[in-house]
Amino acid sequence: MTALLVLEDGTVLEGEAYGATGTAVGELVFITSMTGYQEIVTDPSFAGQMITFTQPMIGNYGVEVDASESDRPQARAVIVREGRNAAPAGRVGFSDWLAGHGVIGIQGLDTRMLTRRLRDGGTVRAAVCSDGTPVPQLLALIGGEPEMAGQALAGEVSCLRAEQLPALAPERAHVLVLDYGVKGSIVRILREQGARVTLLPWDATAEQVLELRPDGVLLGNGPGDPAALPGCVSEVRELVGQVPVFGICLGHQLLGRALGLETFKLRFGHRGANHPVLDVDTGRVLVTAQNHGFAVRVPDGGGDLETDFGPARVTHVSLYDGTVEGLALRELPAWSMQFHPEASPGPHDAREALERFVGTLTEATVAQA
Amino acid sequence: MPRRDDIAKIALIGSGPIVIGQACEFDYSGTQALRVLREEGYETVLINSNPATIMTDPGWADRTYLEPLDLEGVRAVLEAERPDALLPTLGGQTALNLASLLAESGTLDELGVELIGASYDAIHCAEDRDLFARTMESIDLRVPRSAIAHTLDEARAALSGELALPVVIRPAFTLGGQGGGFATTPAQFDEIVQRGLRESPISQILLEESVAGWGEFELEVIRDRNDNVVVICSIENVDPMGVHTGDSVTVAPAQTLTDREYQVLRDASAKVIRAVGVETGGSNVQFALNRDSGELVVIEMNPRVSRSSALASKATGYPIAKVATKLAIGYTLDEIPNDITGTTPASFEPALDYVVVKLPRFAFEKFPGADAELTTQMKSVGEAMGIGRSFCEAWGKAMRSRELDGIVRTEGSVAGGSWDRFDVIAARLLAGDSPQALADESKVHPWFLDEWSRVSDAERELAAAGGVSDAAGWRRLKRLGISDARIAELTGAAERAVRRARREAGVRPVYKAVDSCAAEVEAQAPYYYSAYEQEDELRRGDRESVVILGAGPNRIGQGIEFDYCCVQAAQTFRSLGYDAVMVNCNPETVSTDADSSDRLYFEPLTVEDVLEVIERERPIGVVAQFGGQTPLGLARRLEEDGVKLLGTPFEAIDVAEDRERFGSVLGELGLQAPAWGIAADVDEAAAIAARVGYPVLVRPSYVLGGREMRICYDESMLRSRTVQPASLIDRFVEDAIEVDVDAVCDGRRAWIGAVMQHVEEAGVHSGDSACVIPTLSLGDEIEREIRAQTRAIALALGVRGLINVQFAVQGSAVYVIEANPRASRTVPFVAKATGRNLVEAACRAALGLPVELAEDPPEHISVKAAVLPFQRFFGADPALGPEMRSTGEVMGIGPDFPTAFAKAERAAGRPLPSKGRVFLSVRDSDKPAATMLAALLQSLGFGLVATTGTARALQRIGIPVETVQKVTEGSPNVVDLIQDGSINLIINSPLGRGARTDGYEIREAAIRNQIPCITTLAGASAAVQAIAQARSVAPVALQTLHAAEVESHAAG
Repeated sequence: MTALLVLEDGTVLEGEAYGATGTAVGELVFITSMTGYQEIVTDPSFAGQMITFTQPMIGNYGVEVDASESDRPQARAVIVREGRNAAPAGRVGFSDWLAGHGVIGIQGLDTRMLTRRLRDGGTVRAAVCSDGTPVPQLLALIGGEPEMAGQALAGEVSCLRAEQLPALAPERAHVLVLDYGVKGSIVRILREQGARVTLLPWDATAEQVLELRPDGVLLGNGPGDPAALPGCVSEVRELVGQVPVFGICLGHQLLGRALGLETFKLRFGHRGANHPVLDVDTGRVLVTAQNHGFAVRVPDGGGDLETDFGPARVTHVSLYDGTVEGLALRELPAWSMQFHPEASPGPHDAREALERFVGTLTEATVAQA
Repeated sequence: MPRRDDIAKIALIGSGPIVIGQACEFDYSGTQALRVLREEGYETVLINSNPATIMTDPGWADRTYLEPLDLEGVRAVLEAERPDALLPTLGGQTALNLASLLAESGTLDELGVELIGASYDAIHCAEDRDLFARTMESIDLRVPRSAIAHTLDEARAALSGELALPVVIRPAFTLGGQGGGFATTPAQFDEIVQRGLRESPISQILLEESVAGWGEFELEVIRDRNDNVVVICSIENVDPMGVHTGDSVTVAPAQTLTDREYQVLRDASAKVIRAVGVETGGSNVQFALNRDSGELVVIEMNPRVSRSSALASKATGYPIAKVATKLAIGYTLDEIPNDITGTTPASFEPALDYVVVKLPRFAFEKFPGADAELTTQMKSVGEAMGIGRSFCEAWGKAMRSRELDGIVRTEGSVAGGSWDRFDVIAARLLAGDSPQALADESKVHPWFLDEWSRVSDAERELAAAGGVSDAAGWRRLKRLGISDARIAELTGAAERAVRRARREAGVRPVYKAVDSCAAEVEAQAPYYYSAYEQEDELRRGDRESVVILGAGPNRIGQGIEFDYCCVQAAQTFRSLGYDAVMVNCNPETVSTDADSSDRLYFEPLTVEDVLEVIERERPIGVVAQFGGQTPLGLARRLEEDGVKLLGTPFEAIDVAEDRERFGSVLGELGLQAPAWGIAADVDEAAAIAARVGYPVLVRPSYVLGGREMRICYDESMLRSRTVQPASLIDRFVEDAIEVDVDAVCDGRRAWIGAVMQHVEEAGVHSGDSACVIPTLSLGDEIEREIRAQTRAIALALGVRGLINVQFAVQGSAVYVIEANPRASRTVPFVAKATGRNLVEAACRAALGLPVELAEDPPEHISVKAAVLPFQRFFGADPALGPEMRSTGEVMGIGPDFPTAFAKAERAAGRPLPSKGRVFLSVRDSDKPAATMLAALLQSLGFGLVATTGTARALQRIGIPVETVQKVTEGSPNVVDLIQDGSINLIINSPLGRGARTDGYEIREAAIRNQIPCITTLAGASAAVQAIAQARSVAPVALQTLHAAEVESHAAG
């Protein structure tokens, strides 16, 4: 069945349907990871987006029962060169699975051309259509879709009420996760490290958080523009200094804004599993998984900075474009990472940072006692 | 950390001759390393015995030594040059083993040379199986269950203990797994254990749990001194475990692993490189993965740049050897920019947006009698790579890049490791076999079968439809990697008609860049592959270009020599102001290093793929004379399509190849050739033979490397095998000296690069024969005559570029054997021996520019010796003959012939004995000459052993000799003597080849026991001269030799 990809500038690319048929509209991005399509598609940070995979062969190994990052696909559409539907024993075919979840796909088009266009011109709004909707109508739909900048999307993917999740190892800390669309593997790693996890919805107040007397708070990843979440930022400001705070991805951007820094939209984002990041303290390079369209801006590009909460510093720097990849306050326990230490999918180089988090909370608890 | 300033002079060890398991990938890594070291301002010293390499051209290192790669040879160079450091990780297993020897012998300490790139401990840890196994355990990984043995008894004990058949046997410290194997029966076990113990320089073997059938994966990993680790590429072997990775079909990136599975491998590879202790450089880690249980074992790790890392570099665009060299001299990964993007650092792991398939190239047709089953011992002689936007497209390109000589099966079993099993799979899918059934039978992952069935489905539909109806249909076929030729075959149309129809439908390829980052970063890479996509990325520029057609996969008869010529040609055209454009599909080579040309098209060398490149590129011309037979095979069809060949026109090639026309050229010039005729069948051949007189040389026309060539001494021999249509029947000039000449002609004048005298008599293929520059025993008059005849032929043919002419000199008669108006295998050897850049002169001639080339023979003596792969092909008769079977060559340089010859033999891994016992067994016609050699050997203190006939001949003239029984006479016999190691040299000239003769048994035993075995009297004579008179002389760098030549010519 013929499918179309229509860009906001009127470009129309033809391919074949993959996954579900229908029409989807969203922000078109690309990701360069060569493995982990299942984890990628189920990552809530992709809410509102349509994913172009630069890896041409997608769907080679099916979908596994327990490899998803959330309970459903979150991306609005997938764009692939060669979609497969292989279903090894015990797994489901990717195309079938997407179809079952109503996620629309298109295959057979020049995804490299598309990637180059997104790289040079920046991300665009687009539509994928396999139900025969006429192009002018698709363009109208695209026009009605808001730009990603300014969009608050955490509410669409957050849990709706608090959830208690027991530790998967002898319990040694209580971690509160603010769910802006947190990936399942972040929560799982915390629990495996001995944290009892309480998941709170994205709009929980600082008061609600502190009432639960957590040993630490993790500001999770999530979709959308951090600047569109001023309420979340002011709650984070209430938390800093009260309890150890660790931000990942959107959580990092929210912490950055809470400290008084600006965030901005990258031209086409960082999405892949190969981004080198310099750990300023150790001088070591971490190969990281990344998925973000916005970044924190620091004055003078790095080093030490003064914030509303005292001195802070840039702890991690992208070796790819020099953008901020990590922040830490010098005098208060608050720090954050733009990349994904949990990986999933991606290299495990930085996983230790997340694993260590639970341990540092335990030490803090011991020290307080 | 910045570049190290505490060292100034760095020595690099090359990998020596091309052998199975170690090919031009190390010329690629070595040239990259030398380029880096030069850019960084270090003085460089190179030691490599292989004259066919690009790295040994004097421009690459400051001091270049063509010396034997043994402890003595390398030590002599280190003593002469006193470098600060030695970089051993770019020269394969050979260089690594030498580094170990130099360290263990105390040479490095004594001379104050620091090992950089890999420490002795890291090398030792990776190479010593036992230590490696313990190291893996210490990081919670495991190697297959195993036992170490140093004797057969120890091995048998292990088998009755923790191990059970089948087991894998791996000798320690051998390259390409040489001497190893897979044993399923006790008899096989004993045989392979004994061979493995002999092969291992430390007499140590590893007996291993068989993981046959598990998935095999390789990761290329790099670490710097700050402990940063990056993974460059994952490679999945399509063949399950059991077939050596060098013989396996591989695909990159891995296709069937989930992210969780892949990250387990990635984590493990980082742990392995850290535990082994490679601090600055690249390593290759091989894993076996049980797909059902998830069990993972580490098969091996190479603490150096390897064949797989060359493949990974070409597959990703990430220059592993270059980065490894920068790490070795002090930089860290975050300090090194990625060449391709210019903006990202070397710590940015490559992301691929295409699929790469590598196929091995085999040459079993050259070794009748040898076991063609693929095992853990590598047997392929080359490889081809295809890049595509889908697996099938890459697969199709790689398959048609193989340029097969042998005939593939179209039916039969696909279980086990037969070299043509993938051709059989394709044929059986087309015939309707189910993918699942074939997956079960072959143990290949079902995903691959499903991919191939897409191709067979499309082919079946195409055959049924009889043609392609629309652009969408064309695009579908092309995106599946199906060639125009294949479409023609399936529809009964002519290939040109198919191409015309496809183009009329508007379906043409575009060119995509290999940029290491999946287009995430704007890249400058001039490295392209074709795809049937929408957007073309080629940045052509305005400069005029010249397209150079490469040589394709290495095979016997066509290898690194032609890559040398292509790279030289690219350098020349660049320096003359043109864009040099390379087309090739061999991932091992320097020519497919994007740095070698202005634009690289990694494409199959077929008419279709080359024409598309040419039409996109619009060059001023195409050069077909440097890539061996491959581009010549395309030349006619390219010309038919209106492509301009630069230099020698196809007409000249055709005249030289066409015996009739070439014969009349010789006739007009008044030159002699042996009488000949062209036979359509065996009866005609017999009639021609009767006319020209026996012996005759029989061969098919248009062949390279003497394929199917044989000498027949009588009619029954002639009739013993079929004669192909259009076979050439030549009178064979017996007992003649064979002479090779490489010359350059600009159409008005010809220059003689060198005249080479072969050591073996005519009848041994020139590629297998040793040869020497300058000639030794021709005499001035005959040499002048040969030079004059070469010039006359070059001018008469209208050559504009290189020409090679072969002569046989019998007494004072000079016969022209053949002329090839193209680069010959000996061009790089001539360049090293004389300092003359023949390729540059040929390129100038092709462009009509003035040529200047010195012609006098050099003062020093250079000997080229062939390296033969019989160790890999037990069962094939190692007697030299008219069919070429050598894989590589070495060079020995000296002030006299014996010294140079002895060095060449040492370099070839056949050091001549200085004492001990010599076994002689020669045919009657050789006996007079053999008795003289025997007398000389006896006077040198050698004991002599012979079978009855030869013994009697010696005793008659009073030479004491021990008589030994022939194999057919019972035990103990000569083979027993060879096996127990009491023979040090064998001189055996064969009566006939291949048959289960006594001579065959002797030669076979010599190969198995690695005793030097000389099968021609001329070769034996050179060897005895060398034993008697070789001197120990200090090594001289090529730069010094060539400068001396220039001076002496200036003075003269």
